[in-house]
Amino acid sequence: MRKRVATPYMIWMLIFIIVPLVMVVYFAFTSSSGGFTFDNIIKVKEYTGQFLQSFKIGAISTVICLILGYPMAAIISRSREHVQRTLVMLCMIPMWMNFLLRTYSWMTLLENNGIINNILEYFHLPRLQMINTEGAIILGMVYNFLPFMIMPIYSVMAKIDYRLIEAAQDLGCNSFAVVRRVILPLSVPGVISGITMVFVPSASTFIISKLLGGGDMMIGDIIEAQIQGGANNLNLGAAISLVLMVVVLITMAIMNIFGDTESEVSLI
Amino acid sequence: MKDQNIINLKDIVVEFDGERVLNGLNLFIRDKEFVTLLGPSGCGKTTTLRIIAGFVEPQSGDVLFDSKKINGVPPYKRPVNTIFQRYALFPHLNVYENIAFGLRINKTPEKEIKERVSEMLKLVNLEGFEKRSVSKLSGGQQQRVAIARAVINKPKVLLLDEPLAALDLKLRQSMQLELKKIQQSLGITFVYVTHDQEEALSMSDIIVVMNNGEIQQIGTPTDIYNEPKNAFVADFIGESNIIDGVMNKDFYVTFAGVGFDCVDKGFEENQPVDVVVRPEDIKVVSPDEGQLVATVESCIFKGVHYEMIMDQEGYKWMVHSTKAENVGDQVGIKILPDDIHIMNKSKVEIYSDDAGEGENN
Ligand SMILES: Nc1ncnc2c1ncn2[C@@H]1O[C@H](COP(=O)(O)OP(=O)(O)OP(=O)(O)O)[C@@H](O)[C@H]1O
Ligand SMILES: [Mg+2]
Repeated sequence: MRKRVATPYMIWMLIFIIVPLVMVVYFAFTSSSGGFTFDNIIKVKEYTGQFLQSFKIGAISTVICLILGYPMAAIISRSREHVQRTLVMLCMIPMWMNFLLRTYSWMTLLENNGIINNILEYFHLPRLQMINTEGAIILGMVYNFLPFMIMPIYSVMAKIDYRLIEAAQDLGCNSFAVVRRVILPLSVPGVISGITMVFVPSASTFIISKLLGGGDMMIGDIIEAQIQGGANNLNLGAAISLVLMVVVLITMAIMNIFGDTESEVSLI
Repeated sequence: MKDQNIINLKDIVVEFDGERVLNGLNLFIRDKEFVTLLGPSGCGKTTTLRIIAGFVEPQSGDVLFDSKKINGVPPYKRPVNTIFQRYALFPHLNVYENIAFGLRINKTPEKEIKERVSEMLKLVNLEGFEKRSVSKLSGGQQQRVAIARAVINKPKVLLLDEPLAALDLKLRQSMQLELKKIQQSLGITFVYVTHDQEEALSMSDIIVVMNNGEIQQIGTPTDIYNEPKNAFVADFIGESNIIDGVMNKDFYVTFAGVGFDCVDKGFEENQPVDVVVRPEDIKVVSPDEGQLVATVESCIFKGVHYEMIMDQEGYKWMVHSTKAENVGDQVGIKILPDDIHIMNKSKVEIYSDDAGEGENN
C-alpha cells in the first residue's frame, strides 16, 4: 500500500533528479566524440581561482544573511501571532516576483548610468562604480537569499517552548543569558539549514553574478559559458558541475558534523 | 513575628483582558512550611504561583518576601525556584547539565558544581544518569531531574505546579513521599499546587482552598477536612452529603425531616444552613435503631469500602462502609452529633449582594 502511494514520487525523482545526474556524470567522463576520458575532470583544475572566488562570495553572502536574518527571525518569532503572520508575509512578498526581474531591477539601480548614480549627480556628488563589482554580487545574493535564512531559523525559534525561557529566568538567567544558554543552542538546527539554503545557491549562482558582476567571476558563469555561451563545451561544463556538486556536498557534510558536535559539545 | 512569614500576599488583584482572575487574595506562608493551593481548574492556582515567581505582576496588591516588597523584581532575581507542570527541562542539555544550570549561571566553581550535582543525583535516585539525554527519560525520571534542577540552587521557597499530575497513581504516591522527605530534610518552604484533594491532605502542613480567584479556607488538613467552612470546601475536599437544614436552636438542627443533636451553636434561631455529613460518618444500623430509615438503592465495591446510595423519602444518602448491604433492604441510618457539620449557606448569596448597589463594607 505504502509502496503504491510512493510510486508517483519515485517516478518524479527518477525523471527529474536521477536521469539528469546520470547525464551530467556521463558527459563529464566522455569526450566530444563520445569516448571515455578523464580529460574534462583534469581540466577543471584550471578554474581553481573561480572556485575559490565563488566560495568566498558565497560565504560572505551567507554570513551577512545570518547576521541580518537571525535577529529578524528572533523578532518575528517573539511577536504577537497576527504580527508574526504579517512579518512572515513581508519576507515572502519579494519572492513572488520573478527572480530575474528582481535582479534586473537592481541592475537599473546600480548601473553607471543608473538611478543611484543619477541621484548622486543631481546632488553634485561623485559617481560610484557599483555594477560589476564583488559588492554588487553580494548585495544581489543577500537580497535574493535572505528569506531562505530567515524562514528556517524562524520556524525553529517559533517552536521553542516558552516555558523553557521561563525556566531559564527562574533559574537565574537575565535576558542576555536566556539568549545565550537557551535560545541560541536550540536554534542551531535552523541556523544550519539556513546556511545550507543560502550557501549552496549563492556559491553556484550565475544569473546574479552575470547581471550584477559582469560575468566571469564565479564558477556558475563558467559553467553557463560552457553549456550555452560562447565556449560551447558541454563535456567540460558537466565536469565542472560535477566537481562543484561534490565540493558543495563535502562542505555541507562537514557543516552538519560540525553542527552536531556543536550541540553535543555544549552538552559536555 | 516578622521572621515567621517568608511570603506575604496582600490584597492581590489580577485581571487578564478585563477578567478578574484573583480577587483580593490575602495569604501568608510561614518559613519551612508545606503549603498547598487546592482548587478546581481555572481558580487561579497557577496565577498565584506565577505572582510569587515574578512571571505575573498583580494589578494591585503587594508581594512581600521576608517582609520586603518585591513587586517588580524580575524572576531571575527572586530567591525562589519553580517546578513547572510539564517539567520544562532543557532538551539540548543532558541530565547533568540540566541540574547544573542554575549553578553555572551563578558562576559556581566547577568542583563545587560537580559535588552538588552528584549530591542531588543521589537525593533523587538518578545516579548513573548524568550523561543521559533528558528526552530519553521516563516521566518519573524527568520529574526527578526537574526537582533536582530546582532544589540544587537552595531556594528559600520552592514553587511546584501540579508536579505529579502526569504520573500514574503508583508513581505519584511514591513521588509524594519523596517530595515530602526532600522538603523536610532540606527545610525548604514548599508552595504546592494541586487539584487532587487526597494529595493535598496527605502532604501538606497547610491547605489553601481556592475557588473563583478567592480563598475559601486556610487550615491544616484535619481542620479543612473536619471543619470545612462552607459547602464548597466540604464538597471539594471529599465526597459529602450536603443537604439543607434549619438550625432550630443551639446544639439542635433539623434536616431530612428529623431533628438531630449537634455540637454547633451561635446561629440565629431557625436560620437556614447547609448540613454536611461525610459518607464514612454514617452508621448503618437496623431500621428500628436508626434515626432515619432508608432503602439501599445501590452498592458498589470501591476497593477499600463499599459505596452505597440509600434513599430516604427522596433524600439520597451516600454511605461508605466496609460492610455491604443488600440492595432493596430497609436499613437504619445513625449520625452522631460530632459528625454533623453545620455551615452558613455558601457564597452564592454573597455574590448576588455584590452585584446589588449600595452595600459596602
Ligand atoms: N496569560 C493569561 N492570559 C489570559 N488569561 C489567563 C492567562 N493566564 C491565566 N488566565 C486565566 O486565568 C484563570 C486562572 O488561571 P490559572 O492558570 O491560574 O488556573 P489554575 O487554577 O492553575 O487552573 P488549572 O488547575 O487548570 O491549572 C483562567 O480562567 C485562565 O483562563
Ligand atoms: Mg494551573
